[in-house]
Amino acid sequence: MPGTKEIRTKIASVKSTQKITKAMQMVATSKMRRAQDRMKLARPYAQKMRNVIGHLTEANPDYRHPFLLEREPKAVGIVVISTDRGLAGGLNANIFKRVIFLMREWQQKGAQVSLCVIGSKGLAFFRRLGVPILANVSGLGDRPHIKDLIGSVKVMLDAYTEGKIDRVFMVNAKFVNTMTQQPVVEQLLPVQPVDTEGLQEHWDYIYEPDAKDILDGLLMRYVESQVYQGAVENVASEMAARMVAMKSASDNAGNLIGELQLIYNKARQAAITKELSEIVGGAAAV
Amino acid sequence: MAEAHTIQVDIVSAEGELFSGAATMVFAPASQGDLGIAPRHAPLLTLLKAGEVTVQTPEGERHHFFVGGGALEVQPNKVTVLADTAIRAKDLDEAAALEAKQRAEEALKDKSGHIDQAQALAELARAAAQLKLIERLRKIRS
Repeated sequence: MPGTKEIRTKIASVKSTQKITKAMQMVATSKMRRAQDRMKLARPYAQKMRNVIGHLTEANPDYRHPFLLEREPKAVGIVVISTDRGLAGGLNANIFKRVIFLMREWQQKGAQVSLCVIGSKGLAFFRRLGVPILANVSGLGDRPHIKDLIGSVKVMLDAYTEGKIDRVFMVNAKFVNTMTQQPVVEQLLPVQPVDTEGLQEHWDYIYEPDAKDILDGLLMRYVESQVYQGAVENVASEMAARMVAMKSASDNAGNLIGELQLIYNKARQAAITKELSEIVGGAAAV
Repeated sequence: MAEAHTIQVDIVSAEGELFSGAATMVFAPASQGDLGIAPRHAPLLTLLKAGEVTVQTPEGERHHFFVGGGALEVQPNKVTVLADTAIRAKDLDEAAALEAKQRAEEALKDKSGHIDQAQALAELARAAAQLKLIERLRKIRS
């Protein structure tokens, strides 16, 4: 039976691919759940910090922090959060598209653009584009830690303080739900004015040592926590995107196996029919 | 007036909430020296250094938390500790920033960097798999 063996090996190979994609789908599902939990855990910190900063600006200390002041944007920095691994559908492509769109927008206004890339997929992509990359961190894994992000965030903060960049954005995938992940742009610096209307009580603090040092420390941590939040959300999005991509890959493999099985059965049937007619023909000749 | 003798304490870090509940006293390592905060403390904002935050609950229990630094906010009826999970120091941060910069520079400079190498390895693996398949097909044909 020529041909049937090839089909059989093809079926076996598709089946083993399907096994892998199914396993990846299940792994991504459980990792996504854990990433979602971490997303929720990170929220109260940013929320409380916002409140404190709101109180601080409301109490109106004589010191105006540069992180809160708007300046003429002559150069912008973009923190791009991407994944370390592929096979996550169009997640990274969508993020990069959004980044390029943002870059064009600012370049048309005559501003220079430099990047801080988190994740090796982003590094590989933007390196080819020839955009200046100020800092990079890759290999964060499924549980990003704030201590791994401090360095690259500091590079951007320093560049901002030195006046090399006048505005800092962050682009990451927002986890809307399991089926949808949207690339979103968020302004990190200058820090968007905090809505203080919700605060019912107003009071001034005793500052120890002084308002400047505290605001320095707080705003730096605030930006870091936002980048951390972005990184965690990106992991959740990555896992969700991979889950969906692997599910459709498994389904496609299932369809392919069905089709191949049909072809195999037909070939087998044809071979049997041919053999039978040969025997019958031979018998008739005798 | 049982409420006046306790104060709401929240200890949060960027990676999760550590403690939330009532306390009769909170001790924290402020940058200017250790602090003890009793209920109805004046509003205060200070930075923390690495050390231990101790919360004394109304039941008389003591909870200890290690913080790598952070900030402490005292509102008239509430204490919030914004704890760092990482140990922070100016030179440590500096070193981390330098590292991040170097990584970017290396990646830009080194065209045969580890990413290209990974890609090349992947291509090699693919080519090897194809060769194997061709060999197998040949065997089947012959």
